[in-house]
Amino acid sequence: MKIVLVLIAIFLSAPALAEEGVITIAVVSQERDPVEPVSPLDRPIRDQGIAGARLGLSDNATTGRFTGQSFTLVERGVGKDGHPEDVVRELARQGIRLVVSDLDASLLLKAASVPEAREMLLINARAPDDALRNESCRANVLHTIPSRAMLADALAQYLMSRRWRRWFLVTGGTSGDRLQADAFRRAAARFGAEIVVEKEWTFKPGHARTDTGHVALQTEIPALTQVADHDVLVVADEANEFGEFLSGRTARPRPVVGTHGLVATGWSPVAEQWGATQLQSRFEKSAGRRMSAVDYAAWAAVRAIGEAAVRSRSIDPAGIASFLRGPDFILSGFKGQGQSFRAWDGQMRQPILIAGPRLLVSVSPQTGYLHRGSELDTLGTDREESGCKL
Amino acid sequence: MQALIVAVLAIALSLQAALAETVYVSNEQDNTVSIIDGTTLDQTGTIPVGRRPRGIGLSADRQTLYVAVGDDNRIDVVDLKSRRVDGSLPSGEDPEFFVLHPDGRRLFVANENDNLVSVLDIPERRIVAEVQVGVEPEGMGVSPDGRFVVNTSETTSMLHVIDAQTLELVDNVLVGTRPRVAQVSGDSRQIWVSSELRGTVEVFDAGTREPLARIGFEVPGVPRELVQAVGIQLTPDGSRAYVALGPANRVAEIDAKTFKVLRTYLVGQRVWHIALSPDGKRLYTANGNSSDVSVIDLDNREVVKTIGVGRSPWGLVVAP
Repeated sequence: MKIVLVLIAIFLSAPALAEEGVITIAVVSQERDPVEPVSPLDRPIRDQGIAGARLGLSDNATTGRFTGQSFTLVERGVGKDGHPEDVVRELARQGIRLVVSDLDASLLLKAASVPEAREMLLINARAPDDALRNESCRANVLHTIPSRAMLADALAQYLMSRRWRRWFLVTGGTSGDRLQADAFRRAAARFGAEIVVEKEWTFKPGHARTDTGHVALQTEIPALTQVADHDVLVVADEANEFGEFLSGRTARPRPVVGTHGLVATGWSPVAEQWGATQLQSRFEKSAGRRMSAVDYAAWAAVRAIGEAAVRSRSIDPAGIASFLRGPDFILSGFKGQGQSFRAWDGQMRQPILIAGPRLLVSVSPQTGYLHRGSELDTLGTDREESGCKL
Repeated sequence: MQALIVAVLAIALSLQAALAETVYVSNEQDNTVSIIDGTTLDQTGTIPVGRRPRGIGLSADRQTLYVAVGDDNRIDVVDLKSRRVDGSLPSGEDPEFFVLHPDGRRLFVANENDNLVSVLDIPERRIVAEVQVGVEPEGMGVSPDGRFVVNTSETTSMLHVIDAQTLELVDNVLVGTRPRVAQVSGDSRQIWVSSELRGTVEVFDAGTREPLARIGFEVPGVPRELVQAVGIQLTPDGSRAYVALGPANRVAEIDAKTFKVLRTYLVGQRVWHIALSPDGKRLYTANGNSSDVSVIDLDNREVVKTIGVGRSPWGLVVAP
């Protein structure tokens, strides 16, 4: 009799468990050197990315309250000499198959290539590398952070809409800077701009804080920018080593655009349209600072999982992953249009903000850049150009 | 000839009689309410109100206008005789939209930042209850029979049905992404909900919350992503529904019985909320990006005038 009772109890509880399933999402970050901000107005950030994921989880949880789904976030780190492969294997052992990657491209590729990762979905919220969307693409990876090509195309469309077509390209010394410069060159060719001069930034970074810092910059930058006339100075400085110093110091009075000045970005604290104010204030309340593009990408990754779970009424990671890639998925990302994933390379299609230092200037795609499908696909690698073979 | 003159006179007289209405428009970026004379279709005045006015509605006796001023966390009370703000009501934080219950006494207010619907008792001038809903509550509607109140939450993408008496959540229904507006039909039997990003309107049975229809919109030459559904106006007799299509710059006219889209009207840019005249012959639209109001003559099926108002008109209400 006791056994029968136990059996009944199990039968009764089984559907309840399925209904009130817990969806676990892992965020995997890597140890990074702390960066001192260039401007005294900025504060060092220690929780970039993860803070966005936490807010995404709390947004998911509110919806889950009504659907009987609950969400948890586990946070894992990869040390300086650590192996992301080990973290992935450990997650697999725990049955966690939904992962938000806050890793650079090389570590993400290692993580995604582990056999245990085949059954997982990794959402890249940090690495803008176009290779990850082309020759190095993986079937188990989606991307919420915009690629460098998307940013460059968004900026190029805006510059062309202003008829600022002669560009002076200044590139920093990191490999990311060189890739971003490649993306600017590609965008110039696509949209009809002309790169009239190119230069590399070769000075040592970080001397502006010394008492004579401004004097040195005041001689170096005019010398560097003494070049043929141009409409804009396009800067590629992802590590934020010198781009901030350019404005107001160039030989010719030309605006600075690119990674500094007028920037193309997936998110900016200046975004306030389309309900963005609500997202910004939720983020500030929870993180105590402003929301960056990396925070936004991590938020979007966690929210995408939540949205797919709620819409597909599923707690099964495979079901969630397939819904994310399907035609019915859209994420409300506070940028005025629904955001979904491109079938050919797993990139989230999304509007790109053209942001000034204090206010939003525009949003790309610009009016008039047409597409037979979605105009959002005028930014980045389109289906026919894609080098991704899955 | 005489017959013609008589006919013209008759039409003119009937227009005079029918169109003595006044339209009030909340201008989100100007912190004002524009007044439009329904006879001349001109802007005849501007009322300064609090910061970021959006939701706008009339009192039961139509002598008072309520305006939700989100950045000031209150609802301004405008005396329509003097056309001045005459005090304010508490609303909870960041009120965006509200609806007046048929009892004339309670306002149900969506608090965008707090995931709450606040219930405001107007004579007592205080919040008497709060109902927890999803993230970023926005759309508010009430059944004409007064039995239930509906709310949408933009980020949670849900329709919340609240019992107007017990103030308990009766149901939470997953709807299209970023639901903006919910309206209950004149017979209190249907709930219509617009989804901004999906660009659809869903119709539910108010009693069972079973879906009855899902209406999609196509506008030639406008990309799918920009065909979004926002403001809804149902005719009281249940024959028609009008839906503002946001950045598609169109208003769709729908047969509310068959759920078929009959036609679309080209109006101003990023059309947001819309409002019917009391006689049902005109539809006024608030066009956020072109800062004007379009007037649609529904009998003759044409846009008859565009009226410049303040910056970023958001909501509007028509007083007889």
